[in-house]
Amino acid sequence: MGLSFDLLINALIAGILLGGIYPAVTIGVSISFGILDIVNIAHPAFIILGSYIAYIVNTRLGIDPIVISIAMLPVFYFLGAGVYQVYYESFERRGQEALRGLSFFFGLLFVTEVMLILVFGVDYRYVEAPYIGPSWRLGVMDFPLRMLVPCVVALALFAALELFLSYTFVGRAISAVAQDQLALRLMGASPIRIKRIAFGISIATAAVAGALLIIIQPVEPSVGREYIGRVFAICVLGGLGSRPGTVIAAMLLGIIESFTATFYGPSWAPAVAFGVLLLTLAFRPAGLLGR
Amino acid sequence: MARPLLEVTGLSKRFGGFVALDGIDLTVAEGERVGLIGPNGSGKSTLVNCICGTLANESGTVRFDGEAVDGLLTHERTRRGMARSFQLPRPFATLTVADNLRVPLLYTVNARPGVALSPAALDARCAELLQLVALADKAAQLPRDLTQVEMRKLELARAMAAEPKLLIADESMAGLSQSEVDDIVTLLIRLNERGITIVLIEHIMRAVMRFSQRLIVLVSGKKIADGRPEAVIRDPEVERAYLGQ
Amino acid sequence: MRTRVFLLISIAVAAVVFFGARTVNNDYVFFAGYTVLQFIVLATAWNILGGYTGYVNFGSAAFFALGAYATVFFHKFYPLPIPLLIVVGAVVSGIVGLGMGYLTLRLRGAFFAIATLALAVVLQTLVVNWDYVGGSRGAYIIRPNDIAVIGPYIQYLFLLMLALVVIALTIARGIERSQLGYGFATIRDDELAAEASGVPTLRLKLVATTLSGALMGMAGAPFPYYIGYLQPSSAFGLEYAVNSIAMPMIGGTTSWVGPLIGAVLLGSLQQIATVTISSAVNLLIVGLLLVAFVIIAPNGIIGLVQGWTRGRAK
Repeated sequence: MGLSFDLLINALIAGILLGGIYPAVTIGVSISFGILDIVNIAHPAFIILGSYIAYIVNTRLGIDPIVISIAMLPVFYFLGAGVYQVYYESFERRGQEALRGLSFFFGLLFVTEVMLILVFGVDYRYVEAPYIGPSWRLGVMDFPLRMLVPCVVALALFAALELFLSYTFVGRAISAVAQDQLALRLMGASPIRIKRIAFGISIATAAVAGALLIIIQPVEPSVGREYIGRVFAICVLGGLGSRPGTVIAAMLLGIIESFTATFYGPSWAPAVAFGVLLLTLAFRPAGLLGR
Repeated sequence: MARPLLEVTGLSKRFGGFVALDGIDLTVAEGERVGLIGPNGSGKSTLVNCICGTLANESGTVRFDGEAVDGLLTHERTRRGMARSFQLPRPFATLTVADNLRVPLLYTVNARPGVALSPAALDARCAELLQLVALADKAAQLPRDLTQVEMRKLELARAMAAEPKLLIADESMAGLSQSEVDDIVTLLIRLNERGITIVLIEHIMRAVMRFSQRLIVLVSGKKIADGRPEAVIRDPEVERAYLGQ
Repeated sequence: MRTRVFLLISIAVAAVVFFGARTVNNDYVFFAGYTVLQFIVLATAWNILGGYTGYVNFGSAAFFALGAYATVFFHKFYPLPIPLLIVVGAVVSGIVGLGMGYLTLRLRGAFFAIATLALAVVLQTLVVNWDYVGGSRGAYIIRPNDIAVIGPYIQYLFLLMLALVVIALTIARGIERSQLGYGFATIRDDELAAEASGVPTLRLKLVATTLSGALMGMAGAPFPYYIGYLQPSSAFGLEYAVNSIAMPMIGGTTSWVGPLIGAVLLGSLQQIATVTISSAVNLLIVGLLLVAFVIIAPNGIIGLVQGWTRGRAK
């Protein structure tokens, strides 16, 4: 009885920590899908790219992965802005997002994964940092630092973006661009430029998310595809218009995944997120707190 | 008054916190020519969408031809005789002009019980409709090759192709010249003489006054006037809300 | 050309292909050709839902693998001749297509696409955990070496796949010219206007997903016999998802010819590349071509040819 209580409580803690990290992974899609209505299924590819960049720099120069990711923010921002420009010119302007835009992102996802396989192979890669390994013990409760630190960083990132979107001019313009492009134009802001900035920010978050990802688990190229399910499951479950909803949904998913892995084994893990996604789409597509 | 063809009772529609339609009651009798006017954003298109089933209203009922249609999908309502044209034309971009008209013929007219048009008959009706809106020479072209005006006519023709009992024309005359407006009004009056009930939603007052036997005014989601056109336009509230500016 | 005539002509062409292949005294032609034919069926099936109706399916592998695993199941449970297994594959995948469509097609196209991706992963996880069909270890299917009348077994499989190609192309072409084809096109062009014109959009979309899924299941049914050893990672392999999208998009999505061209070109290219370079580079090329075509030549090779002939006519 005591043994399974240990297991239970630590599965819960792992789930909550995981759930705290997931918002970093999903905030990008909350912006691109929730606000800009762009179905960027290649978002996990950018995250994995971030993971591998963190891996290379960490292995060669020993710099902390989170620090690396912050240095990469501007690079990823411009990458995102560039991708949006291509997307806009080729698809959004011609009204072709439905079929061709989706195929475009799918192609990007696929090409990224295959290139990573060619360059790095399919072995798992991991990073080194002082907080990977030790845990913080509180009675029977075990808080692995390799999860606690990313959790804190993820929530900080989420909070920072919330503040940005609510209190700065650009941030508010981004929140508004989904609803009223005409009003934006009247205010002198070009909707295309605002969208480009927003998408750039969305991809920039992937840099951080990637670093956090490779801290909590070893990474190999196909991990990106697993995260598509998690990312969209959280966004849809949380309700597309509601960012606080994604935090709640992330927690829920983290806990469900943790319990499934602990009590049913890891081979069921990939199905959890995708299963949640399918069920949500089938029965409550507006999500828990959605519009 | 002839029997009612369309009866809308207590129709309300909200988008989040915004009330687009607030308890609309209106009736259209068989064979009538009704005009519906109101400022931009007053809910005219939302009303059309709710009547046709494109949007779901929160409360109220819609009865068409004696039957409550509230649970029915749009295509089912179209097959029962309700047709509408869209305010911003929505042609089928990859189909030719003629094929655009073929779709409602195949899927609405031919889908009605007891109707089985032969391919030759379908072609004939297509040609007839194209003649009616003066698009016969563009039959084999794609919608993107049409002018704005021609697209509006195609939009109207497509609604007419469904051989409706009730035709709701949503601002089909925007951008047309005076003579083109007159042509469309004449066309609509002729259709009405053949027995089609028509609701005309428009801003062009000349057309509305010439066409309507009854005029309804919608402002901010509420109906503020409903009666003979000459009386309605002299109503002070209508003047203030819509015409006076 | 009426559909009946087309069917007869394609059967004739198929016969020429088959007997032509037999004159080359090398079974490799049949092994490689089988893969290309399989892709023609998958690309055509994908295009019915994607190109004609406008709904993207990222989970083609799921429907393909369902057909394959239905075969594995029956191989253990009660062996059936392959043509019957093809029917079983069609039914199983068709039903799953119908079910998934019913759950998700009332939402936007983007949600449907994401749901197909989710379906593929969920199904793969279920299969990996199902020991009866081999689980993650995989399942062996011993195939006979020869078969009566035809000779080497691989030629029999090749012939079956040829038959499926004829069926798939005839169906696709038949749809294009029919009322159903108009209905699909209106859903793709403007679903709201389609409904307003009397098109029962949900019903037609369900027809498209069911048909598309069924054809993919049919393509998957003989696969275990072709490959001999079936693992979830190969049945659910990403190359099926990518190729079934890339081939129609590169060939051209507006007609039955597009997927055929795309599959023959890309399929042959990949057979050559896999042997000469590596299979990963081969997939990379497909992915890059997909992205390039989608940006530069959105109407595919058909579109390019049409533009070129129109340019010359001027």
